[in-house]
Amino acid sequence: MINPFAPIGRGVLGVLAEIGRFTAFAARAAASCFAPPVFAGQLLRQCMAIGYYSLPVIGLTAVFIGAALALNIYVGGARFNAESFVPNIVVLGITRELGPVLAGLMLAGRVSAGIAAEIGTMRVTEQLDAMTTLSTDPFKFLIAPRVMAATITLPLLVVVADIIGVMGGYLVAVNSLDFNGATYLRNTFDFLENQDVILGLVKAAVFGFIIAAMGAYQGYNSSGGALGVGRATTNAVVGSIVLILALNYLITAFFVE
Amino acid sequence: MTAKLQLSGVKKKLRGRQVLDGVDLDVAAGRSLVIIGGSGQGKSVTLKCALGLMKPDAGQVLVDGADVTRMPQEIRARVMRKFGMLFQGGALFDSLSVWENIAFRLLYADNVKRADARERAIEAMRRVRLAPDFADVRPVELSGGMQKRAGLARAIIARPEILFFDEPTTGLDPITADAINDLIVEMVKELGCAAISITHDMASARKISDEIAMLHNGKIVWRGSTAALDASGNAMVAQFVAGRADGPIQAVV
Repeated sequence: MINPFAPIGRGVLGVLAEIGRFTAFAARAAASCFAPPVFAGQLLRQCMAIGYYSLPVIGLTAVFIGAALALNIYVGGARFNAESFVPNIVVLGITRELGPVLAGLMLAGRVSAGIAAEIGTMRVTEQLDAMTTLSTDPFKFLIAPRVMAATITLPLLVVVADIIGVMGGYLVAVNSLDFNGATYLRNTFDFLENQDVILGLVKAAVFGFIIAAMGAYQGYNSSGGALGVGRATTNAVVGSIVLILALNYLITAFFVE
Repeated sequence: MTAKLQLSGVKKKLRGRQVLDGVDLDVAAGRSLVIIGGSGQGKSVTLKCALGLMKPDAGQVLVDGADVTRMPQEIRARVMRKFGMLFQGGALFDSLSVWENIAFRLLYADNVKRADARERAIEAMRRVRLAPDFADVRPVELSGGMQKRAGLARAIIARPEILFFDEPTTGLDPITADAINDLIVEMVKELGCAAISITHDMASARKISDEIAMLHNGKIVWRGSTAALDASGNAMVAQFVAGRADGPIQAVV
């Protein structure tokens, strides 16, 4: 007799096994960041590729989100005469939630996919094996610099996103909603607390690590030619996004408690 | 003669299939062994086990008499510095220039200064007759034959004691393939290293080998000198050498 629960059980075990494999891989990647040798040139190159070249997309995302947020809060606030809270809620929403999460999601699409495709192609063309035969550990040469770069640069990108996002809200509030510019900025800075910024930066560092580790994990374990690399790229983006959203809740809950 | 590299009773199962079923092989310094056999018979897995890229389920891989399968990672990494490998597709790093590919080990594992590493890479390019003009281009701009030459230069630059060749002539025209074969023979003689190659190309196998071994169903079914290949007395070897579809080996199509 066919057990109807067997496929569900197999699926759950498969997911748990995958979580275990990714955790072991991420732990090895993290350990590689602290073990010599450190390839400083590679780290610098990755900081440029992951951080600097992501600035335009992060900036554009932040300005539009800040502007839209100001409009929505104004409309919502008007229902109970709370329009004046626009600067307070914009800065809170951007620094604690939207800045790190949206920057993380944008980087999941841009960086995690790129890392998975690059390392996946190296896997299927035997470049990773070649590196090992050349007495160089791919974890130290390829994966550690990417993980370190993403962990360092995403918080910096989030600082930029926070500033641009607040400015997006400011521009809409001043130009379309008749707010006084000086009052808007004073309310923003008076309301902002250190822990709001710290929470956003902690989230960003965790998301940066997850994005690079997931891309590297999927690429490193890819097989089956172009199809396998394509699958690794898709899995890297989906996996990163799911983990970012889940960890966003857990980190927020931890800080709130 | 003492074996530089020895595989003893190596077994490996992949996805439930026994790919290697007790492989015994050895090669001495200054000698060249070629493994022949059909597709899917375990040639690449044998090479990967020998190189330490894959861990055998059973058996030993001895380098200068020491079993590398049971060594701690750090010591094994030191032993692997004796190896040089020419991959089938070249496996050159796309993001680096040709000279950086050739000097990769010097730059990133041996901490040689860039200027010195570049000089040695260009010297290695000359030895494999690859014009130094190509030193600063990306591998994608090289022809298939040039990529093999660059891969060979990368394999020999640190003067390895054991050289591995994976299908060194696959995808090359006959003239370029013969030139690569000549280079392999020349490099093995010049370095005095042990060489182990896998190939389907019988012309290449005859030219670069001192000895030939045939792998079938995960086992060495024949081994002898290259001169004895045509009189092996083994029906599988005779069929493979002649390239006939009919015989004890069933073609997989």
